[in-house]
Amino acid sequence: MRTQSLFDRQTTVVLSLLAAAAILVPAMNGLALPGSALHLSDHLVPLLGKYVCFALLALSVDLIWGFCGILSLGHGAFFALGGYAMGMYLMRQIGARGVYSDPVLPDFMVFLNWKELPWFWYGFDWLPFAALMVLLVPGTLAFVFGWFAFRSRVTGVYFSIITQAMTFALMLAFFRNDMGLGGNNGLTDFKEILGFPVQAGSTRIALFVLSVLALAGGYLLCRWVVGSTFGKVLVAVRDAESRTRFLGYRVEHYKLAVFTLSAMLAGVAGALYVPQVGIINPSEFAPANSIEVVIWVAVGGRGTLAGAILGALLVNAGKTWFTAALPEFWLFALGGLFVFVTLFMPRGILGAANDLWERSSQKLRARRSPQPVTQAAE
Amino acid sequence: MTAPITPTLLYLDNVTVSFDGFRALNALSLAIDHAEMRAIIGPNGAGKTTMMDVITGKTQPNEGTALFEGSHDLTALDETAIAELGIGRKFQTPTVFEMHTVEDNLLLALKNKRGPLATLLSRRPAREQERIDALLERVRLTVQRHRRAGELSHGQKQWLEIGMLLAQEPKLLLIDEPAAGMTDQETADTADLLRDIARSKAVIVVEHDMTFVRDLGVKVTCLHEGSVLAEGSLDAVSANERVVEVYLGR
Ligand SMILES: Nc1ncnc2c1ncn2[C@@H]1O[C@H](COP(=O)(O)OP(=O)(O)OP(=O)(O)O)[C@@H](O)[C@H]1O
Ligand SMILES: [Mg+2]
Repeated sequence: MRTQSLFDRQTTVVLSLLAAAAILVPAMNGLALPGSALHLSDHLVPLLGKYVCFALLALSVDLIWGFCGILSLGHGAFFALGGYAMGMYLMRQIGARGVYSDPVLPDFMVFLNWKELPWFWYGFDWLPFAALMVLLVPGTLAFVFGWFAFRSRVTGVYFSIITQAMTFALMLAFFRNDMGLGGNNGLTDFKEILGFPVQAGSTRIALFVLSVLALAGGYLLCRWVVGSTFGKVLVAVRDAESRTRFLGYRVEHYKLAVFTLSAMLAGVAGALYVPQVGIINPSEFAPANSIEVVIWVAVGGRGTLAGAILGALLVNAGKTWFTAALPEFWLFALGGLFVFVTLFMPRGILGAANDLWERSSQKLRARRSPQPVTQAAE
Repeated sequence: MTAPITPTLLYLDNVTVSFDGFRALNALSLAIDHAEMRAIIGPNGAGKTTMMDVITGKTQPNEGTALFEGSHDLTALDETAIAELGIGRKFQTPTVFEMHTVEDNLLLALKNKRGPLATLLSRRPAREQERIDALLERVRLTVQRHRRAGELSHGQKQWLEIGMLLAQEPKLLLIDEPAAGMTDQETADTADLLRDIARSKAVIVVEHDMTFVRDLGVKVTCLHEGSVLAEGSLDAVSANERVVEVYLGR
């Protein structure tokens, strides 16, 4: 009961903060005069937008890891695939404005001496189609991958390892020029999105606000999923998988459903990320990226949803600061942070905060009521 | 399968399970009738738990027949499918969902559609709440309903697990050592509860506590080294020389 009401309060806090961000960031960038203390400079808007996309990615990892015990170390792949789908749309918007001025082919294809557009590029000049692919491509890969893995009851560290292998294999594949997706340069030099210039301040604000809305929507969706009976089954699988089977649940179907949903969320995050950073290339598939996401979630607090968002924002803000101030120490700082959290805050920042809150409110109750503490506790 | 179609609810014939050559079950045969309660006794390592593993699909036998309701071949089905047929199980060490509340443990066990879509969209009707209330009453956990299952005492967990079994509304209940770690009073209460359940369902109980087995007052099967050593009333079985030698006499 107590946890339930805490979650409701948590939802209110998360949504209020996101609403505040969606209002304040545009206002501080557009209305506050440059030079004033309140002004947010133009280059910070896409940076914040990037953090928000990472937060959505972290949320998708928390949904499966925190609530169903599936530790995916390959979620960066779903993020990157969503990003590539969006990147393909943005490439098609360039039209004849590329360096080679080919009306149909993107520059890298002209460079490779290709004569026509490969079949899998068809349809990507239309945003609704690209948006559908943002969901379907990561979703289908997750479904097929999960189908084989969960049916053969691959769990725990073995599952984590094959997800690493998956993202690594994709990285190698995307590095190849014959893949038709720009090889190691990836997709870049974007011009417009829906007719608006991607570099323009107003477009960046719009993309930021969209990302915040996507994060809020993703949060509510996850909250709804974990609050349903379906969500209770997920937790049951996490804590006692074989017991859940003996109750008559098809555990592999549950894992498959939540894994696919999570991959789609990651895809959306990637799709919003690409127009804000202006490039997508195979390095997004790097195995280390996926591991970093897990660290964000662990730092913020696994199995809380809000913790995933918090962790992603804090660690990435830290990364930005470190890579500017002490670039060579960033990896050590990240590793140290992970070790510290694992040893001293196993439930992450939010878990530790919750414990503190419960302990202090218990003390308060005990002080207020004259009964002995044992009675007040339950 | 050339096994005979039997009228019994559960029919095990010549079941053998070997782990690296060691026979945990050795040509075991056993038949349980509809609405029969059977107590299984036998020394440690006799194969009692392994027998339950075979019935519930956790372990594949190397040889033998396991039929449910005369027609379902249990050796060809997995845990989920067997649970759906109506076989429920309580484990030797109580396994409940520790992070869920007592009430949610029962909710998850409740006989309902088990598919992901069904649970995602399920609204909880009042009828379901009534079922849960009744179950809580029956296993005496009404006061604890909102507590996490992990906070319960050992005996309470055993009862919660029995409650979860009842919530599933199975045709056959397999109960592995329900009295382990209970006080004398709790043990007697558990025997009462099981006798009550056995009025409408088939039950197999594994137990070492002879007072408890006597309380149940049902037919007893003694296993030893993976096969049946003796079968009959408790008095007849305890009078059996071999049983005294390998089990009771120690
Ligand atoms: N997975 C396994 N691998 C190897 N040996 C096993 C396995 N499971 C059970 N055994 C062995 O099979 C034998 C029968 O074990 P089982 O658990 O069925 O005994 P039991 O009658 O339930 O005993 P207890 O009264 O101690 O619970 C034991 O010797 C055990 O060590
Ligand atoms: Mg046993």
